[in-house]
Amino acid sequence: MDVLMLSRLQFAAATFFHFLFVPLTLGLSVLVAIMESLYVSRGDQDYKRMAQFWGKLFIINFAIGVVTGITLEFQFGTNWSRYSRYVGDIFGSLLAIEATLAFFLESTFIAVWIFGWKKLSPKMHATAIWLVALASNVSAYWILAANSFMQHPVGYVLRNGRAELDDFLAIITQKWAVLEFVHTVGGAYILAGFFVMGVSAWHILRGRETALFTKSFRMAAVFALVFAVFTAINGDLSGKEVAEKQPSKLAAMESHWRTQKAAPMYLLVVPDEKNARNSLELLPIPGALSFLAFGDFSAEVKGLADIPAADRPPVLLTFLAFRVMVGLGTLFIVLAGLAWLKRKKLPQNRWLLTILVWVIPLPYLALQAGWAVAEVGRQPWIVWGLMRTADAASPIAASQVAVSFAAFILVYGLLGLAAFYLIFKYARKGPAPLAAVEGR
Amino acid sequence: MLETIWFVLWGLLWAVYFMLDGFDLGLGALMPALAKNETDKRVIYHAMGPFWDGNEVWLLTAGGVTFAAFPATYAVMFSSLYSALMLLLFALILRGVAFEFRGKVDNPAWRGLWDACLWLGSFLPALLLGVAFANIFMGIPFDAQGVYQGTLFTLLNPYGLLGGVLFVLLFMVHGSLWLAIKSDGELADRAQAMAKRLWPALVIVAVVFLAATWVSTRLWANYLGNIALWVFPLLAVAALFATRLAMARGAWWKAWFASALTIAGCTFFGVAGLYPNLVPSSLDPAFSMTISNSASSPLTLKIMLGVALVMVPVVIAYQAWAYYTFRHKVTEEDLAYEDY
Repeated sequence: MDVLMLSRLQFAAATFFHFLFVPLTLGLSVLVAIMESLYVSRGDQDYKRMAQFWGKLFIINFAIGVVTGITLEFQFGTNWSRYSRYVGDIFGSLLAIEATLAFFLESTFIAVWIFGWKKLSPKMHATAIWLVALASNVSAYWILAANSFMQHPVGYVLRNGRAELDDFLAIITQKWAVLEFVHTVGGAYILAGFFVMGVSAWHILRGRETALFTKSFRMAAVFALVFAVFTAINGDLSGKEVAEKQPSKLAAMESHWRTQKAAPMYLLVVPDEKNARNSLELLPIPGALSFLAFGDFSAEVKGLADIPAADRPPVLLTFLAFRVMVGLGTLFIVLAGLAWLKRKKLPQNRWLLTILVWVIPLPYLALQAGWAVAEVGRQPWIVWGLMRTADAASPIAASQVAVSFAAFILVYGLLGLAAFYLIFKYARKGPAPLAAVEGR
Repeated sequence: MLETIWFVLWGLLWAVYFMLDGFDLGLGALMPALAKNETDKRVIYHAMGPFWDGNEVWLLTAGGVTFAAFPATYAVMFSSLYSALMLLLFALILRGVAFEFRGKVDNPAWRGLWDACLWLGSFLPALLLGVAFANIFMGIPFDAQGVYQGTLFTLLNPYGLLGGVLFVLLFMVHGSLWLAIKSDGELADRAQAMAKRLWPALVIVAVVFLAATWVSTRLWANYLGNIALWVFPLLAVAALFATRLAMARGAWWKAWFASALTIAGCTFFGVAGLYPNLVPSSLDPAFSMTISNSASSPLTLKIMLGVALVMVPVVIAYQAWAYYTFRHKVTEEDLAYEDY
């Protein structure tokens, strides 16, 4: 394999692994902050124990998210040096601002929160976790604004052989960035909601700490339902944005080959990428693709066949990932809705609780699939229309990247196992007994 | 002008990173030598626990600023140092995870595993950062296109390794002073004794390094041209002796601050010698990455400067507050947290 392919695989592995942990950090930080604020305002020890129990899971998860994030920033220099040179003027500054604005805040106050239970007043302590929640989410905005520049570059001029900054505000306020942020963070909140519901359900099924876990469950159910609906709605807006600005990605998402007006959406499709067609198209909904893409049943949707093969993204992967994301997203609305409806009679609805335990992994899958759509679907571009991925890799020896890639697989694999084991262990262990908390 | 301001800030960010993360890297590397039992180890973890993460962000920021202010330098520097940086990153990952995972399972083998990770994740970054910066001082073999013409072992030349040893010793002294501040009793005694024992070795290596710098690098050209720059090496030397003086008087906070100044002085000694280069090429000075051929556009530099001028003081303020909040010696009560 060449440097390019190895670097792509390595970056993909590192990003996917990093993003196994980020969404829970984004969502759970907010939930823990709400729990602790409820403790401060109501003095209910249950909320303190909730904040501590979920907080512990949060910390284990957070640690891996942080340490694996650093390698991503550095890989732009190590593996994508041509890219860094070409767009560093813009992309680099977004990352640097993210670090100064958010990452310091997050890292400093997470430590204050972990070690400050006795050193700070309850209000100050709750403020610390709110700052962590705020910083994580602000951090996400800058990272996603940077990614949006790769998806839909704006606010730049080509000068001195590179893309230079022209309009900073245009970059950080472009519609793409806002939509990508709400969609990603919404997805993260769904994941956190389902995580809390699932773990709570496991304990309620066993009759442990039912009161505390019912409180957790209800909070999470509202959270998950609100954001499942919200994310579906802004996902539709994102889809329209893609249709307008990245027609080849949209076509790949639907495995749509022939340009046509009033394009239908087929519920069952088997793409045949080699022959530039689908080997099976069943159950059409007339005009649905045109409507979803452009809000008009008769609109023309460009097909992949009319896009030069060199400019097409990998179709099968983009197509499958999109179906997985949308299918699961729909399932989350149904499940979160059910959870909310049954929130007052949880112990009587053991079937629902059992399902919710088993679906904990699904939001993870959905979010990874979503990123696969965004990033695989953007190919062959690293910066849409400006720079091809093939032109972006560092001029370094393939052997170096092969070794580091193997190390990534090994180290991340072991870390993943350790993290999974610890989260599992502490999730099953449940909260500290009431006496222990009052003594603290 | 903007480029020069960012060059100074670039140096400053690295200096702050070394000053802050230096003590926990040094202390982690010394843990096997300083800790005689489990309680000692937990005190050491607690001495670093509230700080290491915030410290490490300075590395991310130093990297981020290299990317943002000097993208071409970032590209050449990071791709040239590929293997060294990957080792550094994996080491830092193991260290970070060791902090959070060690105390989560009550099993000696589990704890031993993470103790080993902490040691490796502290010693290796200290060494590699030294190796990397010594090589930058000396120049790295990259061509006109910024393509690196060497391997990992090219970096492990005598001068590079000397830089690595210098960093390890600087950080170890810095770390034992931190533990002297943060602990009590026998452990504090051992930390104090360690700082005193390491100090002469540090002086010897520093002298050799200075002499080798004269021979192996072109840093001195700036010093011959501008007498004012001598303030940095003089600061480093003065602070190094002030460190020992404060140790002798048992003033451990002062010794730690003096040691921090030593680290900052050493960093700026190199950075001031580099100017206007960020990373010189050892193949041909004409290939070097300089502030003028690698800087971002003036608009980017201006916006970043605005952000830095507003945000960095804020960051320093809340980090200082966090240090102040956790300034006390590690107590029994702290150890009651099951985290470590």
